[in-house]
Amino acid sequence: MLRNLLISLLLLSFVYIFYNLYVGFTPKTELDGIAAHYADKGAAEIGAANLVTAVVVTYRGFDTLGEVTILFLTASIIGFFLKLTEADENKVIIHRGTSELLATSSNLLVPIIILFGIYVFMNGHLTPGGGFQGGAIIASAIALAILANPNMHINHQIILWVESISGVVFVLMGVLGILLAGGFLDNRILPQGQFGTLLSAGAIPIIYSFIGLKVGAEISNILEKYQKSQKES
Amino acid sequence: MEFFELGKISLLIGFGLIVLGFWGILSQKNIIKIILSFTIMETGVNILIVSLGYVKGKTAPIIDSAVEQGANHSVLGQVVDPVPQALVLTAIVIGFGTTALLLAYAMKLFKAKRTLQINNFNDLKW
Repeated sequence: MLRNLLISLLLLSFVYIFYNLYVGFTPKTELDGIAAHYADKGAAEIGAANLVTAVVVTYRGFDTLGEVTILFLTASIIGFFLKLTEADENKVIIHRGTSELLATSSNLLVPIIILFGIYVFMNGHLTPGGGFQGGAIIASAIALAILANPNMHINHQIILWVESISGVVFVLMGVLGILLAGGFLDNRILPQGQFGTLLSAGAIPIIYSFIGLKVGAEISNILEKYQKSQKES
Repeated sequence: MEFFELGKISLLIGFGLIVLGFWGILSQKNIIKIILSFTIMETGVNILIVSLGYVKGKTAPIIDSAVEQGANHSVLGQVVDPVPQALVLTAIVIGFGTTALLLAYAMKLFKAKRTLQINNFNDLKW
């Protein structure tokens, strides 16, 4: 009883704080500070039609590097946690067969979903979307394939290589930015190109494609760990 | 100033989801439900941050035929704030990472005691 009382007191104080914030909040009527600079000069400086991508990949590219690092850390910690013993690793589990509907539709859908993910991360500088979203879409295809076939063998070597190479290329592009342009992760190491076309915005399409591959590989890695952990006794 | 203004509705939803998630974290006994509450709270925070970048009557920060462009593709005064949206992109990824980790912990906890009721994990209680 006391517990419920304390919980409701805490929640009520939260509601009180939020109510005051809500009543006192007035939406902005125009951009100010750094956001105004991004809206005004962003397209001319970066060349990306999607200003969010310009902020994520170039103006605050360092954040994105940290983000990718956190994803990598998560994947490795989960790998460490869900490590199987030798005996469990070689065990074969007979699963109840999945439904015909799921198996057939996943055969049809998985390649299309992967293609869509690649489209999303390649057009990250033009349309809503980008590396993280595209990578998550690719991983969702892997999740569907695992659901359709729980014993599916995912090649760990491919995931490892894709992940490592994309990470190294991402950092290398950043270092090239120091050498050839204004600073770390500057996208002007390549010509800006025609505004609004696929090959524009300097290095952003390349960096974002590698981020997409890396995120897709990392999430697939996590999924594979979860899939394998069902063998654990 | 109206209470239910268009620019503030998403703010209200964000606050509501945060309180709901917090309630779930405090009162639920099942570990999976606690993890779900964490993700609900995260979603609330993300909606909150995005709605803070809202500028009245402006459109998404993507420069195409839908916005009037000035010289050199300047869209000052046409779009909402891109910075909170970029931050939320980061926050979503971090949220994914923490959720994946929490689920891995939950699996290990279940392996240890064959239960997911938080009351049974009282080894550190005094």
